[in-house]
Amino acid sequence: MPLTKRIIPCLDVTEGRVVKGTKFINLKDAGDAIELGSFYDENGADELIFLDITASSDKRKILIDLVEKTGENVFIPFTVGGGLRTVQDIKEILRAGADKISINTAAVKNPDLIKESSKIFGSQCIMTAIDAKRVYVNSPEEAKHNVVIQLEEGYCWWEVYIHGGRTPTGQDAILWGEKTTSLGSGEIMLTSMDCDGTKEGYDLDLTKTFSERLDVPIIASGGAGNPQHIIDAFRLGKADAALAASIFHYNEYPIMKVKQECKKAGISMRL
Amino acid sequence: MPFNIAIIDYEMGNLKSIYKLLRHLDIDSIITSDHNTLKNADGVILPGVGAFGDAMKQLREKGLFTLIKDLALQGKPLLGICLGHHMLFSQSTEMGQHEGLNIIQGKVLSFDKTLVGKIPQIGWNNVFFSNEDHFMVQGIPNNSYYYFVHSFYVIPNENSNILGVTKYGETEFCSMVGKENIIATQFHPEKSGKNGIKMYQNFIQYCRK
Repeated sequence: MPLTKRIIPCLDVTEGRVVKGTKFINLKDAGDAIELGSFYDENGADELIFLDITASSDKRKILIDLVEKTGENVFIPFTVGGGLRTVQDIKEILRAGADKISINTAAVKNPDLIKESSKIFGSQCIMTAIDAKRVYVNSPEEAKHNVVIQLEEGYCWWEVYIHGGRTPTGQDAILWGEKTTSLGSGEIMLTSMDCDGTKEGYDLDLTKTFSERLDVPIIASGGAGNPQHIIDAFRLGKADAALAASIFHYNEYPIMKVKQECKKAGISMRL
Repeated sequence: MPFNIAIIDYEMGNLKSIYKLLRHLDIDSIITSDHNTLKNADGVILPGVGAFGDAMKQLREKGLFTLIKDLALQGKPLLGICLGHHMLFSQSTEMGQHEGLNIIQGKVLSFDKTLVGKIPQIGWNNVFFSNEDHFMVQGIPNNSYYYFVHSFYVIPNENSNILGVTKYGETEFCSMVGKENIIATQFHPEKSGKNGIKMYQNFIQYCRK
């Protein structure tokens, strides 16, 4: 029996409450973060991710408090991200009890943050979150410094977005992903901005390209609407873990139900 | 002194998650590097996340190298987790050649990428308990899942010290060891849900004896 694929509910939090939006806007309250975290632990989640979507330094204390309280009732690994900019920020969150941290904008702006923090705390707890969006081109030559993939719909590459998906960077997501791992990032949370909030499935081309090119675990994110999407992320996207939010928060599909479906499809799961 | 577990603080690793799990079980524990506190504890936990060389250096600087060896020899219940599990061994090749505590004879090696695929191994994997009668695995179904995060693994010299075996890719490795009062796990029981909590309960019960 091998290492299992992981199912990870993601809790977008602001001031201790879970919210989930569609394509990063239209937030809707989905419950108390600590309560929900503990509920998921008891109901089969393999891991949890908390993303503080309105993180700012003056609210850091609220986040630290959330991390500390979560650790009292959650006995599976959990990752915390959102607004972490410095080694000191990372240290505070890990000291409060998080197992891993995730960085996004700060890593793009200052890649050395990955290098420094992974050296101090270990690669295993430094996760890079990448928000990627498709850019279609007529030919590979049109974007010759990027990794262009030929799809049924045509040629495309993926652009990195920062600031919660608001700011395009012009950077190639795959090359950026490779760079983050060479700097010491131990895992990548890969969100498709095209698919996020659609509930029509993950961007399998994006996921597969990352999984095949990178040596670290890839967490597929953005677009899960039903168990089949998650099965596809593992089978076709070759992801190591699948992240979802709304399908779990609104209890459309209990985690165990999703895991049973995956197992039936021949995917190794912890049941 | 009331019943007390000491978690060794050498300024590395996620000490709080172990502390919180013990508190969840109504067990008083203290995160410490104080020699007397460690000597007086009913059981000692050596946690750890980070690099082998740095961790050993920290232990030496705090005078813990000899103390931990003495405690182990005197029969104090000692539980090593992840890097704490590695440090109990004789030597490691993690970023250079490093000497370990040598409480359990054997070495620490890196996974071979061509045999396992991705490094580190991150996630849930089965542990086959090779000795189902051992006190640490009582009440836990064999082949239960535990949470792993590591790039290195141990090879004990004596097979009799192996309590658990796990397969990652093509590599079968020792994921749990036991030698009298010394227990160590490659995985993180404090991050492994109810089967992990049960393992801590078993360790505490052993410490009470």
